[in-house]
Amino acid sequence: MSAGHEAAAGPEPRAGQPAQTQPQSPAGGSFRAGSRLERVLRAGYFAVTAELNAPDSADPRKVVENASPFSKLCDAINCTDSSSANSHISSLCAAAILVNAGFEPVFQSNCRDRNRIAIQCDLIGAAALGVKNVLCISGDDVSAGDQPEAKRVNDLDSMQLVRTVRIMRDQGVLLSGRKLEVPPRFFIGAAANPFVPPYDWRPLRLAKKVEAGADFIQTQYCFDVPLLKRFMQRVSDLGLDKKVFIIVGVGPLRSEKAAEYMRTKVPGVWIPDEIMKRMAGATKKRAEGVRICVEMIQQAREIPGVHGVHIMAYGMEDSVHEILDRAGLLNRYDEATLYQDGAGPTAATGASANP
Amino acid sequence: MATYLREARRAPGSEWIKDHPKPLESSYLFTRKVVERVYPFLRRLLGPDGTQRFMAWGERWLKGYLFNCQMCGQCVLHSTGMTCPMNCPKKLRNGPCGGVRPDEHCEVIPERMCVWVQAYKRSQRGSYGHELSILQPPVNNQLANMSAWANMVEGLDVIHPAGWDIGAAASSEPSQEQGQEVRK
Repeated sequence: MSAGHEAAAGPEPRAGQPAQTQPQSPAGGSFRAGSRLERVLRAGYFAVTAELNAPDSADPRKVVENASPFSKLCDAINCTDSSSANSHISSLCAAAILVNAGFEPVFQSNCRDRNRIAIQCDLIGAAALGVKNVLCISGDDVSAGDQPEAKRVNDLDSMQLVRTVRIMRDQGVLLSGRKLEVPPRFFIGAAANPFVPPYDWRPLRLAKKVEAGADFIQTQYCFDVPLLKRFMQRVSDLGLDKKVFIIVGVGPLRSEKAAEYMRTKVPGVWIPDEIMKRMAGATKKRAEGVRICVEMIQQAREIPGVHGVHIMAYGMEDSVHEILDRAGLLNRYDEATLYQDGAGPTAATGASANP
Repeated sequence: MATYLREARRAPGSEWIKDHPKPLESSYLFTRKVVERVYPFLRRLLGPDGTQRFMAWGERWLKGYLFNCQMCGQCVLHSTGMTCPMNCPKKLRNGPCGGVRPDEHCEVIPERMCVWVQAYKRSQRGSYGHELSILQPPVNNQLANMSAWANMVEGLDVIHPAGWDIGAAASSEPSQEQGQEVRK
C-alpha cells in the first residue's frame, strides 16, 4: 500500500488521536453492530463518511453511480432521507441497493415523515436488508422543501428515536414492549449542530443524546472552527468524547452563490462572513471552495475528540478524492486490521468502499 | 409572509410573564396542591367525564393564554423553563433542533424566537434548570385535548410504553449488552 499508510502498526490510535479519547467498546470487547464504520472508529482510525446525492430515479443503477465517487475513499455513505424535505429515493431503499452493491450505507431515519409504528417497521426491515448504521434525525421542516403543504408527523423526536433504536437493539423489544424474535443490530448515530444557538446548551444536548443511546454523532457543515473548538472543549469537559464518536460535517462550496443559498435557505447551516468574503474574492470559486474544505478538515482533525469527517459535496462528488488527498486522508488503514476478531468482511462490506 | 401556524400564536403580555418564570413556578406548585386536594371532590360532583371536561376547559383558557397550550394532556412545562415545547413546530420535547437561525429564531416560524432558546434562557432564571436534561418520553397521543392536571392526579401522564420503561430501567444500571448474543 502507499506511503502515508497508517495502518502498519495495526489497530492503534493514529498520531494526533490520543488513545484516551476513544470511546470504549461495549462489554466483552465485541461490537454493537460490527459495521465497517464502527470497526474503523473503535480501532482508532480517522473515519470519513460521505453523503449520497439521492437520485430522483427509479433506476437502481443511478444510486450506485452516485455512490461510486466515494468508492475506496469513505467508510460509510449516508443515504439522505428526503433532504430539505424534497422527495427523492427513500433512504432505506437506497441503503439496501448500496448494501447489494458492496458499499456500506448509513440509513437515515427522520421523524418528520413517519410515526413510531412506521419507523420501527423500517428499522427492522433495514436490519434485515443488511444495513448496520442508522442516523436518527428530526428532519428539516416541510416548509424547507418543494411541498410545504405536506402534513408534519413528528410523532417521536430525534432523541426519542435514538432511544427507541437502542431499546430495540439492546433490550430486544419494540417500544410497546413486545419481544423481537431477532433484534436489529445497529451502530446508532445522531446529529448535532454546534454552529447555531443556543450555543451553551448544545454540548448538554449532546450529552442527552449520548444518554439516549447514540454511538456516533455527525454534525452539520462546519465553516467556523472557533465555534467547533468551543463546543468540543465543553464536550471534553463533560467527558463525552470518551463515550461517543464525533464526526464533523464539512463540504466544499461550489460558488459564492451556492454559499449564499446555503447560508440563507438551508436550515441550520452557518457560514461566517470571512468565508463569504474569501469566496467572493476568489477568482477560481471552485478551487477556493475545495481549499476551504481541506482547511476545515485539517483544523477539525487537530481538535481532541474529533473522530472523523463527514463530507457533504452535493454536485461536487468528483472533488472528494482531491479533498481527501490534500487533507492526507487517503489510505488511512489496512482493511485486514479491521476484521481481526475473525468476523471477516461480510458480503455487504467485502468489495466495499475502502483501501 | 407571516406564519399562521397554531404554534406561532402568542397572547399579548404572555411572553413577558414567561420571561419571569419564578412566580409562574410558585403558582405551579400552588396549583398542583390545590388540584390534588380539590380533584376528588370535583370528581364526586361532576363525574370523571365532567371533571375532565371542566378542567380541560379551564386549562384551554388559562394555559392557552399563558403558554399557547396545545392541549397535549401531559404537561412538562416546569421541566422546560415554563415554555411549552408543543409550540415547537417539530414537536420536539427534548431540546432544540439543528435548524435554529443565527438570530435565535425558529426555522419554521422566522418571526418567532425558537421556543427552546426561550426555554433554555427561562430555565436558567427559574429553579428547574436541571430538569432540562431529563429524557422526555414519546408523547401519548391518546391524552390529546384532555386536562393535564386531571391526568396528573389520575397518574395517566406517567404511563409510558412498556418498551420505553424497559429501556429506561436498563440505562439506569450499568448497561447489559443483551444484543450481543444475536451476533452469531
